[in-house]
Amino acid sequence: MLRFILRKLAYLVPTFIGITIVAFGFVRVLPGDPVLLMAGERGVSPERHAQLMAQLGFDRPIWEQYLHYLWGLMHGDFGTSLITTRPVLQEFMTLFPATLELGLCAIVLAVLIGVPAGVLAAVKRGSWFDQLSMGTALVGYSMPIFWWGLLLIILFSGILGWTPVSGRISLLYYFPSVTGFMLIDSLLSGQKGAFASAVSHLVLPTIVLATIPLAVIARQTRSAMLEVLGEDYVRTARAKGLPVRRVVGLHALRNAMIPVITTIGLQIGVLMAGAILTETIFSWPGIGKWMIDSIFRRDYPAVQGGLLLIAGLVMIVNLVVDLLYGLINPRIRHN
Amino acid sequence: MSNATLPAPISSGAMRRRALADFWFYFSENRGAVIGFWIFLALVVVALFAPLLAPHDPTQQFRDALLVPPFWQEGGRSEFLLGTDAIGRDILSRLIYGAQYSLFIGVVVVSIALVGGIIIGLIAGFFGGWIDTVIMRVMDVILAFPSLLLALVLVAVLGPGLVNAMIAIALVLQPHFARLTRAAVMSEKNREYVIAARLAGAGRLRLMFKTILPNCLAPLIVQGTLSFSNAILDAAALGFLGMGAQPPTPEWGTMLAEAREFILRAWWVVTFPGLAILITVLAINLAGDGLRDALDPKLKRS
Repeated sequence: MLRFILRKLAYLVPTFIGITIVAFGFVRVLPGDPVLLMAGERGVSPERHAQLMAQLGFDRPIWEQYLHYLWGLMHGDFGTSLITTRPVLQEFMTLFPATLELGLCAIVLAVLIGVPAGVLAAVKRGSWFDQLSMGTALVGYSMPIFWWGLLLIILFSGILGWTPVSGRISLLYYFPSVTGFMLIDSLLSGQKGAFASAVSHLVLPTIVLATIPLAVIARQTRSAMLEVLGEDYVRTARAKGLPVRRVVGLHALRNAMIPVITTIGLQIGVLMAGAILTETIFSWPGIGKWMIDSIFRRDYPAVQGGLLLIAGLVMIVNLVVDLLYGLINPRIRHN
Repeated sequence: MSNATLPAPISSGAMRRRALADFWFYFSENRGAVIGFWIFLALVVVALFAPLLAPHDPTQQFRDALLVPPFWQEGGRSEFLLGTDAIGRDILSRLIYGAQYSLFIGVVVVSIALVGGIIIGLIAGFFGGWIDTVIMRVMDVILAFPSLLLALVLVAVLGPGLVNAMIAIALVLQPHFARLTRAAVMSEKNREYVIAARLAGAGRLRLMFKTILPNCLAPLIVQGTLSFSNAILDAAALGFLGMGAQPPTPEWGTMLAEAREFILRAWWVVTFPGLAILITVLAINLAGDGLRDALDPKLKRS
């Protein structure tokens, strides 16, 4: 197992170096003078220009700049935001819990609905439930989620007035951030109605963000389940006289879950892309909205740092999924 | 009667017709796929004949008709079937012209990604060794980024606009094709027919493109339809975020971006462009599912 882990880690090193090159190169390939570009329409004096060039290291050869950049990364220096002048890593860490909370809720919702729906559809293959749920899944899979979010706002916030339009919690409540998760912090604060307010803000973004992973998980569960249900050992179990529920729940589901877990793990990238759109629509103060805002504000160090951190995060989650996969499926380990 | 004892040599034309009939047989078994196919065909017709079908010019502003609701609602006017937007442009006409953009985006993006991915994948799979390693590591790097994020950053570098958005999306989608091609080439290249062709003196290019490639096409076609719908979705998302096609282009995502501030006042300016995206993507995905069933021999169960 240790060898398996080490091999996987070694495999990641070149990819990670590649990611740093992309993040590093991104600012360098921007057409035009980097300092003027960052200064935007305000412009800078020639002295300040030279000073900034030296400060940012643009006057040195490119490979030296890259090594300097790597050196900084290894010491936790992901650059400094041009707008807030705070370290990018610090900005990221402040906003990340909001995205994590939303992402976790979305994936939990997607799994809780998607897996049972997929299993039931496979067991009752060809039934009206199968057709309805898979039809719905295909619609969900094809959904432009930014539009879906707007529709939900029209219906639930506009017409029915049930949910707020944006933010994480009503401005009426104020309490210190302990965990960064609004659901937990609002409970800890002990303020009446704070938790309900946090939940009502979370519902619509969660549904929107969960839509595509839910559809993918339901479809994948169904096809994995169908494959397993056709295996000999399932037939044997049935032939032994075991009840359907036991065969499906115990024998089939366990093996069908292997590809499903991989699918769930792969949704992290989908979730991050979805978070950009979802957070923009609902003004959710997380990483996705921060990235978009940084792009529009030409805050290139923030974009650079965010790009690297998000890609690194996706990579680590994929590694964990890979390792889990090896853990539950020994055949992979020894391949 | 000699035919009964000696099988007549089958012409390649007949074989192709036979394969096509086979394909249609499996494809048409999937009702959803056939529906998706016809919807897609209808969209192509709408896009091609947009100037004839659209009741108005998509950029013409009717100053006396701002935010007119659809014709069936109170205050609706029959000349604007689906209503007008905030500066008095006919939504139906904009949607019809928008079909041109979406299909054009899909075709261009998939073509670039497909051709690029095939060439890269063929080279990696055929030559192997360090060339393969380097190429596949680069693909891994591209795939490590969430696709929409990478496309966004690329557009930020290249400058917002439809052409740059298409280039960015193609670049992001291309590794999937490269990986598929490489995997297929690796499994095909040591098969007897390839060795036979090699022994017969076929050159590398001929081996790559004429001998091996045609036998790797099925998964690429399936991935192509998937990417087609992804390209439309991503381009619309970029347009929505203000990084894709720029106003006043009647691109559906861009229309949604312009409509955002009116969502609580005029539901139709938001609903219809999104519905158009959904229907288009859904039709392509439906047809794609059918294609996969028809082309993937593993799923063929007679």
